[in-house]
Amino acid sequence: MQIFHRATNTLAKASIFGGLILVGTLLWACIQIQRSPYVTYQHVARPQPVPFSHEHHVAAIGIDCRYCHTSVENSSFAGIPPTKTCMNCHSEIWLGGGMLQPVRDSYASGKSLIWNRVNDLPDFVYFDHSIHISKGVGCNTCHGPVDRMPLMYNEGSLQMEWCLDCHRSPAKNLRPQEQVFNMRYEQPTTQKPLLYDGKVYTDQMSLGADLVTKYHLRTVADITSCSTCHR
Amino acid sequence: MMMEEQNGKPHKEDVCPGKKDKLNLETANAQIEETKGPEFWRSLEELAGSGEFQEMMHREFPKGASEWLDTVSRRGFMKLMGASLAMAGMTACTKQPLEPIVPYVKQPEEIVPGKPLFFATAFTLGGYAAPLLVESHLYRPTKIEGNDKHPVSLGGTDVFSQASVLGLYDPDRSQNVIHLGNVSSWGQFKEVILATLKDQSASQGAGIRVLTGAFSSPALADQSQAFLKLYPQAKWHVYEPVNRDNAYEGAKLAFGQPVDTQYQLENADVIVTLDADFLYAGFPGFTKYARDYAKRRDPDSGNMSRMYAIESSPTSTGLKSDHRLPVRAVDVEMIACQLAGSSGGSLSGAQAKFVASVVKELQAHRGSSVVIPGEHQPPAVHALAHAINAQLGNVGKTVVYTDTVVANPANQTESLKDLVADMKAGKVQWLIVSGVNPLFDSPADVNFADAFNGVPNRVHLGLYQDETAEQCHWHINETHYLESWGDTRAFDGTVSIVQPLIAPLYDGKSLHELLGVLSDDAQLSAYNVVQDYWRKQHPGSDFDLFWRRSLHDGWVQGTTYTPKQVSAKSENFSQTTTTRSTFSSGGPASAIEINFRPDPSIYDGRFSNNAWLQELPKPLSKLTWDNAVWIGPVMAERMGVATKDLVRVEVNGAKVDLPVWIQAGHPDNSITVFLGYGRKRAGRAGTGAGFDVYPLRTTATPYFTTGAQVTKISGTYLLASTQGYQTMDAGDETRPIVRTATLEEYKQHADFNEEKPPAELTLYPGFDAQYKKEPYAWGMTIDLNSCVGCNNCIIACQSENNIAVVGKEQVNHGRHMHWIRVDAYYQGDRSDPQAYFQPVPCMQCENAPCELVCPVGATTHSTEGLNDMVYNRCVGTRYCSNNCPYKVRRFNFFLFSDWDTPQYKMMRNPDVTVRSRGVMEKCTYCVQRISEYRIKAEESGTTDRNTDGDLKTACQQSCPANAIIFGNINDANSQVSKLKAKQRNYGLLDDLNTRPRTTYLAEIRNPNPELQG
Repeated sequence: MQIFHRATNTLAKASIFGGLILVGTLLWACIQIQRSPYVTYQHVARPQPVPFSHEHHVAAIGIDCRYCHTSVENSSFAGIPPTKTCMNCHSEIWLGGGMLQPVRDSYASGKSLIWNRVNDLPDFVYFDHSIHISKGVGCNTCHGPVDRMPLMYNEGSLQMEWCLDCHRSPAKNLRPQEQVFNMRYEQPTTQKPLLYDGKVYTDQMSLGADLVTKYHLRTVADITSCSTCHR
Repeated sequence: MMMEEQNGKPHKEDVCPGKKDKLNLETANAQIEETKGPEFWRSLEELAGSGEFQEMMHREFPKGASEWLDTVSRRGFMKLMGASLAMAGMTACTKQPLEPIVPYVKQPEEIVPGKPLFFATAFTLGGYAAPLLVESHLYRPTKIEGNDKHPVSLGGTDVFSQASVLGLYDPDRSQNVIHLGNVSSWGQFKEVILATLKDQSASQGAGIRVLTGAFSSPALADQSQAFLKLYPQAKWHVYEPVNRDNAYEGAKLAFGQPVDTQYQLENADVIVTLDADFLYAGFPGFTKYARDYAKRRDPDSGNMSRMYAIESSPTSTGLKSDHRLPVRAVDVEMIACQLAGSSGGSLSGAQAKFVASVVKELQAHRGSSVVIPGEHQPPAVHALAHAINAQLGNVGKTVVYTDTVVANPANQTESLKDLVADMKAGKVQWLIVSGVNPLFDSPADVNFADAFNGVPNRVHLGLYQDETAEQCHWHINETHYLESWGDTRAFDGTVSIVQPLIAPLYDGKSLHELLGVLSDDAQLSAYNVVQDYWRKQHPGSDFDLFWRRSLHDGWVQGTTYTPKQVSAKSENFSQTTTTRSTFSSGGPASAIEINFRPDPSIYDGRFSNNAWLQELPKPLSKLTWDNAVWIGPVMAERMGVATKDLVRVEVNGAKVDLPVWIQAGHPDNSITVFLGYGRKRAGRAGTGAGFDVYPLRTTATPYFTTGAQVTKISGTYLLASTQGYQTMDAGDETRPIVRTATLEEYKQHADFNEEKPPAELTLYPGFDAQYKKEPYAWGMTIDLNSCVGCNNCIIACQSENNIAVVGKEQVNHGRHMHWIRVDAYYQGDRSDPQAYFQPVPCMQCENAPCELVCPVGATTHSTEGLNDMVYNRCVGTRYCSNNCPYKVRRFNFFLFSDWDTPQYKMMRNPDVTVRSRGVMEKCTYCVQRISEYRIKAEESGTTDRNTDGDLKTACQQSCPANAIIFGNINDANSQVSKLKAKQRNYGLLDDLNTRPRTTYLAEIRNPNPELQG
């Protein structure tokens, strides 16, 4: 005697495969969520006490990165400008701007402005700005087109795969040291070749390979050792 | 002396772990008799080959460390686990929270965020300064280093100064001015005291008494003089429970005036100690002595010194010496007389032979020998030592006399007695107690508390609301030395300006400021007092330059004491030496002597609430969080007591119950108790830890006395000792963990230590070549000859690497977190052993066994040969530590790091991750420092990091004896390469072919052939 209807077979098969697909989908979904801006904040602007526009200050006025981020060339930390740096100009211009009220308050009261960190690495990662600058990694290689960001967001996912992408093949991102702070730097192409050190480069990989030697980059094995970033 | 030859084949029994009963003394002795035991042993259990020890050796962690010991049932645990498993998946979806970033309003010019600054200052203990450089991150002091430009420190430090940074951030520090138990304010205190002072000035301050600890500060001395001029009838008393009364009285006996004695150990061929522990951090001049001593212990440079120790309670100095004569403290005076030429007293055959040899050696090394008397020996022994040193022509060569470092070398015990007498007589209206805790630590016979409570106005200035603060009308929270200005003298007289590293965390006041108020100058700041004093000393237009230079260098030029010519009072000398024939033997030889010693970790109790020091395994017993009474093995056997048994110690009409620690090398009929424990109001770390033995102590016999009664009482007490934990399996001792030879043997067979694993024994052919081609390969050598077991490296590592404290219970389970441990190995007779100290950090093996077994790749090799530990990958399987033959890996069984207390957040090294629960950790060779130097070099466009001698690990930097050397082994000219090329060099458990990067230099002793055998 047959207890189950014939259709049950199909149902059983469907549920087996369906189950597998469901598990797979869930896994995939988890990975996607983990890599999504929801978790990484990639391209998500953070709330800030003052809607400071890098676009305006960098592109429109032409202030160099190092005017505010003073220690970027010689410390691990690039530096967040003290209120005094803002007031260097804003004690003269935009005096009545309501947006700037927190800055003036801070300067008058001596209490720091409290910003929200945008490029925030986990605490077990020890990133050093100065060494990247001195090896020819441009600001916008990691930070993206800051000069087109009215509100600051992080360009990269800041996940380990993102760091390793470059550490495994640094040549694809290096540029001459004097171009590091150039926000509109373009990698050499056949259309736009680059004359550097008496040599014409038409592609990034050959420039990068030369810079790796010139700047004494350590081997890929060296810079992908765990203790390079974790300690 | 190769051990396997001497002992024949050492025993090896097959032991089923846990099967044997707990070791008792009868079986232990039977086993020792039967088997002769191993040549080197870490504990008496090991010597006896007990099952307990065998089990310990075979285990990764001690029994219980890996088990679920909580009261929650297994079922409850499963429920919790089920819930957490369900939640575990969710944790991956945690979003990083928004993190605020707070810039300055006006950034100080010298600050570069991310780069530390270093400031010179000094720590003071008992008036003697330890000159320091303090690392400061954004004006938060985080790490103490020795001032390498200062002649006393030369970069070395001691445990007390290393741990003082935790003292600064201690959340239990007093944070308020307290009046009659209620929070008050400095302003209110000033009002009250200024009103009363008006009354006092009429009587010229007859009712005012000040009680402080010993101080050497010239500015404070000047200020106190001015204060006493203002109130001529007031009195200033000085008392510390561990003081230098004996030394000063001895000097008075010999020279008619108190002087300080400096020993030039680098010129000494023969060192004789009379119960002196000069390799202990509490001994004035410790860092300098440790360095000079180590310098003369290098067998390769020739001219190695020889040390004889005549001592009672075993110390690392004694056990490091070439020959040690364990005698009761009371007999040291007699032996000192014998050394000086007296024939009085009676010595046993072996003792007489020892003394005769020492005399012969001293005579043979006139002008290049030194006799060092112990701080706790009576004045006569000090006078005798002065006499012997004078007789031998050592003065000016190995012994130098100077003015006293402390400003007031008066007899402190007498000073305290005077104060008590005045208090009892009702002469004291206002008592100001600063920086001392007499209600806890004053001798029992002066009855300080009774007299104290009769004083109508009592003011306490201190870091803690301690036992004394509790009984005072006013308590004022004191500034820590890292918070206030001051000055202080090192043991050679050099003055250091104490420079604050941070503004007072709780708006504390210093003694300078309190004295300012008492002197009717309420606006006075400590900075003004110190600067004005030095302006008087250095008048002239270049004062600013002088001041800045003094602050920058960390000492004031031209303040070092010059040797003082002292003339001996001959009548005193002769009295104390040759003509003397009777000695107080303290009753019959069977009368039990009790020794009082400052605790090696918490000193006289002032560091009770310093958890780093509490958890620091004491040099010989490796005990943590407690004190015990030390009893020698023979006496313990006679009494039938074992370690951890409770005994009642009765002396001077008082009694204290405390647990026994059987200490190898302790003389018979003598016991030692350690001061400083049993605090009632110390704070969360110190309160309730250990047993208070101050009630047993009297003014007449502060350091030892005979006539103690020791009786066994029922019960045992849990002692958390790390001795025996992390024991390495040396197999059948064909690969001894400690290797040693005598100087003679070494000269004849410099290759005594040659035992290299065959190169072909590897699964990775060409492994060598891979490392050889790297420009940098990090390695370390630890010189067993130099290591004096002072534990400084442990605290330095703890401070540098944010290592958590776990508490007594967890230490007992073997879960302590120290990345470097100092193993003490004993050798020889348990009543008179020698000891070898072996610091063990991670070996950074080239063939690391830990790496192979990690399922998640959380421990991997870097190209420069570091065995990296990646916390964020670790899932806590503990396979790695299971596979580590050196047992150097530490696991966070719980959340040991305090993530909440705000003060601790300020203290941590920002360059090192603070580890969470469930991850493994271990020594990294201070990879953050390696990175710092690498980045610095690479930024300057060179691949040559030029690190040798500059790049130091934290343990190396703090080591006063220079025992630890770290560097690039691929550079043949580096210090470490040269040391590794020596024939003394050996790797631990070499035959496992782990190819450790950390290697040891075998210890070479220099025994007198006459006394050998």
